Amino acid sequence: MSLSSDDIHKIAHLARLAVDEAEIAPLQRDLSNILGLVEQMQAVDTSQVEPMAHPLEMPQRLRPDEVTETNQRERYLRNAPAAENGLFLVPKVIE
Amino acid sequence: MQWEAVIGLEIHTQLATKSKIFSGSSTAFGAEPNTQASLLDLGMPGTLPVLNRRAVEFAVRFAKAIDAQLGRRSVFARKNYFYPDLPKGYQISQFELPIVGPGRVEILLDGGEVKTIGVTRAHLEEDAGKSLHEDFHGMTGIDLNRAGTPLLEIVSEPDMRSAKEAVAYARKIYQIVTWLGICDGNMQEGSFRCDANVSVRPSGEQKLGTRTELKNINSFRFVERAINYEMERQIEVIEDGGRIVQETRLYDADRDETRPMRSKEEANDYRYFPDPDLLPVVLDDDFVEDATRDMPELPDERRARLTSEHGLSAYDASMLTASRAQADYYEETVSVCGDAKLAANWIMGELAAALNKAALEIEQSPVSAAGLGQLLARILDSTISGKIAKQVFEAMWAGEGGADEVIEAKGLKQVTDTSALADWVDEVIAANPEQVANYQAAEPDKRKKMVGFFVGQVMKKSQGKANPQQVNELLRQKLEE
Repeated sequence: MSLSSDDIHKIAHLARLAVDEAEIAPLQRDLSNILGLVEQMQAVDTSQVEPMAHPLEMPQRLRPDEVTETNQRERYLRNAPAAENGLFLVPKVIE
Repeated sequence: MQWEAVIGLEIHTQLATKSKIFSGSSTAFGAEPNTQASLLDLGMPGTLPVLNRRAVEFAVRFAKAIDAQLGRRSVFARKNYFYPDLPKGYQISQFELPIVGPGRVEILLDGGEVKTIGVTRAHLEEDAGKSLHEDFHGMTGIDLNRAGTPLLEIVSEPDMRSAKEAVAYARKIYQIVTWLGICDGNMQEGSFRCDANVSVRPSGEQKLGTRTELKNINSFRFVERAINYEMERQIEVIEDGGRIVQETRLYDADRDETRPMRSKEEANDYRYFPDPDLLPVVLDDDFVEDATRDMPELPDERRARLTSEHGLSAYDASMLTASRAQADYYEETVSVCGDAKLAANWIMGELAAALNKAALEIEQSPVSAAGLGQLLARILDSTISGKIAKQVFEAMWAGEGGADEVIEAKGLKQVTDTSALADWVDEVIAANPEQVANYQAAEPDKRKKMVGFFVGQVMKKSQGKANPQQVNELLRQKLEE
């Protein structure tokens, strides 16, 4: 399996990663090699194997439905580059 | 050409838990922005989600209510996309192994026909925050109070063939989740939101047409309007020789139209993968038993019972089981007055009209079920007539007391004393010689109708307090003499 440079651009865009044109070719080669490795593993017959969702062999613990958090807004807003009227401000989202 | 629509719905119901699905923040609606957003809800590094037991129990109840296969082992997955009201850059959802598998609900069509609609699946996920696009110096404001509110997303099969069927299905799901108490059903606050997948094809064609997804539909009325608009739009495009583009469209209620979302879609490339922060959710028999032990009788069961136990028509029974509060009110009224049909007529007639006029829900009725039962009991024991009862009902509604108090205070007790009634009857006969002559000249089978005039006169004289059956009998005796 080999990836095209378009694939690399698309993957980078989906992950919101800025990739220099000079990096495209090496990334193309490295990622294609990784997929090649996966392809080798696909040769193994796994039809009788239950897919693993998590390496830990235990079920999810559940917590009771209780409100345990208190309002810490002012502290959290101080972490933000911009805030106003209790809101986090982000660059305008055009919908 | 005849066209047929193929419609499937995705319904997001906010689960009525106190705290969020993965954090201990409150889910209460309407708080000041970001006062219910914890470090986990903000997507801060180093936090880990812990699943809310109640959200899981609610999903289990829903599974049972729609006779669904329960996902005994379900897995949370990350749905990756970037939007500022989703701080982690992914939504925790379920993908390959949802908690609720295939199930079904029945809807009642206009002609009284029952249609089964398949539910493909329902899965647990977290809600996103809210973006406020008002102008903050050219920036967007983000409120994360809603981020992490538990959702059960209910996905139907494409089994609906008209906007009406889609609305009937949406209402059915609404009835079930509010009846079970797993969703508060407040549509203004976004507790129950519908997306619709709509395509059209020539009638009789098996192959599906290209579908569009309609988002942003937040009332049952808009579900119907949005789908009807979209069907017409698609038919027009195809008849003009065009092609339908698979896309997401927004319904604009003000203009009653759908239009494509401007944001370029990344063709749903969400790159799902199992969330390593959460282990598989395993439900054993004890858990399921605990979660469903106190489940109320379901709306369809209750409807069937009202039909068989109380002899109600299918229509009456389905009206009276529109909500659990309505059904409870009805059954309490019947238990007090003892007449199923009379109680049904009053609740769907007088009471419904009064509630409607005052814009109240049945839970807020100023006349309680027991109070209405008392009133109806007074009709049944002939203390008052049905007509006077309406007057008593109005007084009860206005807070003037219970049925007996009002009847006593206003002197509305029905006159059943034969000698008093006989006096009125004699007076009426004496005052209307012409009608009496007509009556006596008429064929016996016409007389039955004609006696109504005299009954009306006597009732008027008595100010509605005479017992109409007795008056009727007395009149017939005297007129036949």
